[in-house]
Amino acid sequence: MILIRNVRLVDALGERGPADVLIGEGRILSLEGGAAQRVIDGTACFLAPGFLDLHAHLREPGEEVKEDLATGLLAAVRGGYTDLVSMPNTKPPVDTPEAVRALKEKAKALGLARLHPAAALTEGQEGKTLTPAGLLKEAGAVLLTDDGRTNEDAGVLGAGLLMAAALGLPVAVHAEDAGLRRGGVMNDGALSDLLGLPGNPPEAEAARIARDLEVLRYALRRAQGRPHLHIQHLSTKRGLELVREAKRAGLPITAEATPHHLTLTEEALKAFDPLFKVAPPLRGEEDREALLEGLLDGTLDAIATDHAPHTLAEKEMDLLRAPFGIPSLEVAFPLLYTELHLKRGFPLARLVELFTDGPRRVLGLLSIHLEEGAEASLVLLSPKERPVDPGRFASKARYSPWAGWRLGGWPVLTLVEGRIVHEALE
Amino acid sequence: MRHLLDFQGWTRQEVESLLDTAKVMREVLKRPIKKVPALQGFTVATVFFEPSTRTRISFELAARRMSADVVSFAAQTSSLQKGESYKDTLLTLEAMGVDAYVIRADSAGVPHQATRWVKGAVINGGDGRRAHPTQALLDAYTLLEALGSLEGKKIAIVGDILHSRVARSNAELLSLLGAQVFCAGPPSLLPQALPGARLTPSLEEALEEADAVMVLRLQKERMEAGLIHLEDYIARYQVTEARLKRAKPEAPLLHPGPMNRDVELEGALADSERSLVNRQVQNGVAVRMAVLYHLLVGKEGA
Repeated sequence: MILIRNVRLVDALGERGPADVLIGEGRILSLEGGAAQRVIDGTACFLAPGFLDLHAHLREPGEEVKEDLATGLLAAVRGGYTDLVSMPNTKPPVDTPEAVRALKEKAKALGLARLHPAAALTEGQEGKTLTPAGLLKEAGAVLLTDDGRTNEDAGVLGAGLLMAAALGLPVAVHAEDAGLRRGGVMNDGALSDLLGLPGNPPEAEAARIARDLEVLRYALRRAQGRPHLHIQHLSTKRGLELVREAKRAGLPITAEATPHHLTLTEEALKAFDPLFKVAPPLRGEEDREALLEGLLDGTLDAIATDHAPHTLAEKEMDLLRAPFGIPSLEVAFPLLYTELHLKRGFPLARLVELFTDGPRRVLGLLSIHLEEGAEASLVLLSPKERPVDPGRFASKARYSPWAGWRLGGWPVLTLVEGRIVHEALE
Repeated sequence: MRHLLDFQGWTRQEVESLLDTAKVMREVLKRPIKKVPALQGFTVATVFFEPSTRTRISFELAARRMSADVVSFAAQTSSLQKGESYKDTLLTLEAMGVDAYVIRADSAGVPHQATRWVKGAVINGGDGRRAHPTQALLDAYTLLEALGSLEGKKIAIVGDILHSRVARSNAELLSLLGAQVFCAGPPSLLPQALPGARLTPSLEEALEEADAVMVLRLQKERMEAGLIHLEDYIARYQVTEARLKRAKPEAPLLHPGPMNRDVELEGALADSERSLVNRQVQNGVAVRMAVLYHLLVGKEGA
């Protein structure tokens, strides 16, 4: 039994407390205290349901030099995540039931965050031949995606949506038009012209979302069951508007945004540091503001990290060759707690929802609220500020665009079904 | 200035002082013994991650004319092929006691990145589409020789502006020296904006009353990428004798080389009296001597 005393509670329903939260048998037993072997003082801290990340690249199998399940899932619990969806663009891609099972078993043995593998929508993520969706689901896949690649063949994507609809699986897309994107390494515009870097235009995202919405309509018209399209890492104002209109029209669509698109802009590229090279690229301030609006009005359902670790040597290549990606599992919540809630007054309950019930709904999981009887997958967050120190990351990617930023809201205790998986109490 | 990466943050005075030093160097190069001891004991490395014989030779000659030791690193023959990083390469050279690095790369920003890793002076020898500051300096020097001053002069730059580091650096530098820079090229090869330059898809507009015309090399990759049709380019953007009639009668012609004769420039024009191409190459060595001198010794000794 664990007792967390005098702690404020925050979940999608709002802020409450303080309460004395008694945890045992993997559940919240009481909000009014009780006898426990372990008593933790929660004064000044707040307790939230464990976070779920819809989008993380853990690189196993095949690229363990960048990250593996052990380091990635440890980074996750340190970031307050109790659940995580791994992307299938590994080497080889996760496109068989055996590969899904292997990941699940290995992650389970680690006993850290719970792994929910995404599987490839098409064989080898090549966009040509569908994978065995039913068998993948049986093995434990929770989502189908060719993330990292763009689904150039709309017909295959349409068929994939139909197959997934019958199984109740969402299909997630990395929505960028490959032709417009070309070799773009940063946002296309006056700044990319000035810096002499190939631009990836915002229209590449909007154009692909517009196409995919028509593919979704096609699937909706023909499907047995309800297709579900999820737009990954939305980065542009125009893309966001398209998703908003689609939601108003009642289309079964959800969307996520990343910590980097919510806190950084293309201006960061002025230093010519490939640490800021990411796909889709960091955009303009107007796009960033639009995304914040989208978090508030529900156009965006979740904040997802797109945690994309690479070796430091790779990120110290030039801007044309360095790989795309920013690691953020360990800073995502403190970053947004500080930059959005503390600095801009973004409502805390909504922020927590975007890390908990929001992504849970995308996967069709039940909500977790801090009530008696609820599953004790929880995170205790401390408002105490400290600078981001990538040298202390559990992730193998020990660098960060936010290095040195002073943040509060750090996870000091993470519990999965009542079991402590991360502890950094003072 | 510790490095020469581009002309951001440079004043007109600093550029003029550098060009004055280049004038002194030009005199040195006319002597029977073309060598001064100014950089004796210094080591200059040319670090070319992208091949370019002309620029590399020009820099190496410039360094040797001033008695510096020169080492050269070329990616295609060296360890970069084996996966050694830019950083490792530069740190290895640093450990050998290099004082100045001339860096050429196909990606914008590599010289900027290098300044974070090495203590020595970094000279941008051309980085991707972004900047080629010594090319712009030698162009400015050559134009000043021909025109006396750049104040209020109209300079036309013609060709693939979008992918050109020469156009970017010249727009930056020539406008700093008071010139009006017009960049003309096909719409698919024009950037959205370029500080210091007026962009136009009209070759005629750029050439009209121009005091000088700079023609850029058209790379084959642009045709391969489907951005332009070669015949269309030649028909509408090739600089020809007839089209040059719009410019001032004596307006000189510049080209950064290497030239595609009868593509961007009518072949006969390349050899005409208007062409300053050889002058550019000669001035290149003097300008690079001046740059090395300013960065390694400081202009006080000039």
